[in-house]
Amino acid sequence: MTHRFAGVGAVREGLDGVQYLADEGIAGVVYLADRLAKPVLVEGPAGTGKTQLAKSVAEMCGARLIRLQCYEGIDEAKALYEWNYKKQLLRIQAESQTWDEVSDDIFAEEFLLTRPLLEAIRATDPVVLLVDEVDRVEVETEALLLEILSDYQVSIPELGTVEATQIPLVFLTSNNTRELSEALKRRCLYLYIDYPDLQREREIVLTKVPDISQNLADEVTRIVRSVRQLELKKSPSVSETLDWARTLVLLGVEHVDAEVAAETVHTLLKYRSDIEKALKEFSAGDARSSGLSR
Amino acid sequence: MNVTAPPATARGDATADSSRRQAGPDGAQGPEPEPSSATDRGAATADSPLLGLLGGFITELRRAGLPVSLTEHLDAAEAVRHVPLDDREAFKFALAATLVKHHAHWQAFETVFEVYFSLRGAEYEPSGDAWADDVDPSELLDPRPEGKGGGEPLSDEDLARLLFAALLRGDQAQLRAVAWRAVQRYAGMEPGRPVGGTYYLYRTLRNLGLEDLLERLLDTVRDEAGRSLTPLEERLERDEMESRIDQLRQEVEAEIRRRLVADRGTEAMARTLRKPLPEDVEFMHATREEMEALRKAIDPLTRKLAARLSRRRRHTRRGVLDFRRTIRQSLSYGGVPAEPHFRYKRPSKPEIMVIADISGSVAAFARFTLHLVYAISSHFSKVRSFVFIDGLDEVTNLFETSDDITEAIHRVNTSADVVWVDGHSDYGHALGVFWERYGASVGPKTTVMVLGDARNNYHASGSWVMRELNRKARRVFWLNPEPRSYWDTGDSIMGEYSTHCDGTFEVRTLRHLERFVEKTF
Repeated sequence: MTHRFAGVGAVREGLDGVQYLADEGIAGVVYLADRLAKPVLVEGPAGTGKTQLAKSVAEMCGARLIRLQCYEGIDEAKALYEWNYKKQLLRIQAESQTWDEVSDDIFAEEFLLTRPLLEAIRATDPVVLLVDEVDRVEVETEALLLEILSDYQVSIPELGTVEATQIPLVFLTSNNTRELSEALKRRCLYLYIDYPDLQREREIVLTKVPDISQNLADEVTRIVRSVRQLELKKSPSVSETLDWARTLVLLGVEHVDAEVAAETVHTLLKYRSDIEKALKEFSAGDARSSGLSR
Repeated sequence: MNVTAPPATARGDATADSSRRQAGPDGAQGPEPEPSSATDRGAATADSPLLGLLGGFITELRRAGLPVSLTEHLDAAEAVRHVPLDDREAFKFALAATLVKHHAHWQAFETVFEVYFSLRGAEYEPSGDAWADDVDPSELLDPRPEGKGGGEPLSDEDLARLLFAALLRGDQAQLRAVAWRAVQRYAGMEPGRPVGGTYYLYRTLRNLGLEDLLERLLDTVRDEAGRSLTPLEERLERDEMESRIDQLRQEVEAEIRRRLVADRGTEAMARTLRKPLPEDVEFMHATREEMEALRKAIDPLTRKLAARLSRRRRHTRRGVLDFRRTIRQSLSYGGVPAEPHFRYKRPSKPEIMVIADISGSVAAFARFTLHLVYAISSHFSKVRSFVFIDGLDEVTNLFETSDDITEAIHRVNTSADVVWVDGHSDYGHALGVFWERYGASVGPKTTVMVLGDARNNYHASGSWVMRELNRKARRVFWLNPEPRSYWDTGDSIMGEYSTHCDGTFEVRTLRHLERFVEKTF
């Protein structure tokens, strides 16, 4: 089998090329996913680029992204395949054949509606499969995924087993609203994407907000880091950092002081109590006391 | 990349490492028969000492409580074949991706990893140079202080100055070098000395004088700025410097650990470093850091709880057979009950009443449960919360009007009227007050949860209230933060209450709490 990536470094550079700054861990796991032919389960706080990772990998490989957005109550018909019964009905009515002929006929590929999972398996062009927010499906439905994740095949009772012509890269993301089953976790490589450290976040800002000055990017990321240390309802995510940076650039701000921060902080924080808290922390006259109050 | 560590570490290429690693596993893998079967298979394909070491490593992970399955062991063995061994970071992430499937376990993994795969060169052998102070590693210290030649050791002042400069510039390589040097000089480590790592850490850090370092650094920053900093800038600088000092602390810790591993061997060291996983930390005995971690962990848990509860309410698919409707329907099939009908459960809107003990004896637990109560009340419309010590007060309002959990808890602790006589728990009186004031609002839909250790200071039990509650309410649960074996010892009268409860649960750790949630909701 040929491999997609030559090494961890190659993955990293490739992702850099599509403007996704991966750290050592992310690049390493993507590389291993290819080598071991295993799906990757990505967890982490909201807005740290879990879904974006799958998109970027697809872009990097020049592959088609097939996305299955999970939700409560998703079932086989939406995730795997469905028989196009209307068409089947038409077929039966169209010609008056013997029953045997028809019954053989209506369960042919022609009447199969492929849904994302089956589509990814049957694809002949390079694809990346993204199963988004897998924690939203019920535990029972999770089992649907197991066959495809471990063996890259789908069993259709009327047709037989459809095996993958090639092994696609598979990413599953989870916001951890519930514990995924051991069976699922065992089949995956596990990747936790946390908030990036100061340096990486600065690089991300510099890449994604082209007009920003070094100095401003530095200030933005440092303020964000301090904000994340506060006890908030919702810590600012990377995407919110970027929004904030873009806002500042649009406003033509060169330097963030307490006043500018107060005016624009609503792009960074989304709860009134959080905003108040942050402002109180940063404008408190005596820095020493604010340092101690944490 | 960690290429800037002391020279010995940079030398740790694959071959040198593997020969050293070979020494490790014999002791490490030892009597554990379980992983050897897996490694045997691996060893058949690649007869490498690394796989032996991996076996020991995984055994240690299991001992630390991580659920590593056989498949995952095999995956790890496969994964390490694909990464270059001299790239330590890649190696680490390869292991992590295959072995650690839960973020909360990361720290435990990291500790074990550091012990088993720490970079160490020959000078860390007990007889080696690292134990003597007269070698000069100052070639690492770049820039070199003026006037110091190759052979001369650094003075304490030089070291302090180098440290200061490294912190000020955020120079990681130099920070690491200083940490190395500081441990060498100040920790006073000797082979075979039966002292814990924290002692060495303390000695090293005390000699480096970290207390006023932060202020001195900030003063320098202020001087360099040439003007007074705005509060915001001041705050940012402080955060930056704190994180650098923290980094130094970690470097020192890592260095001490490396030396201890060299001295005592991997297995012994791993044993001393073993800590309970976050979900196994006991609320009542949690250290401050553990408490902090717990508090972070409770939030996802309550989200999980809420998701779970609402899910259950929406998706009660199957009820008991509805006999009447099935028969009725069967008439259209000529009496054959072809289509069974079920009596679907009507989603009931739970009314929850939480009664929490917040007295001193269960303080840690109480703080924790208040978080839980807050989370429950923010997800359900009909939650009433009460707190008591020897008096009892309703705090539903405090939780509802406050957006911020810390503030809510603060207000509960300060403004709830819970002291009746002396501020020692009196369950009998508190329950009596509850029954008198709120008993009428307990109905057949109500779930009552009592949180407390049932240590009543030999007061009257008031268990009749529990009996009455049990009769009126849908369900009554009691969550006790003490181990079951302590119940009914001393002044605990758990037994008296438990006869009137639908369920009593020992809730000492997050794991217990999750189990309670799973069982009951």
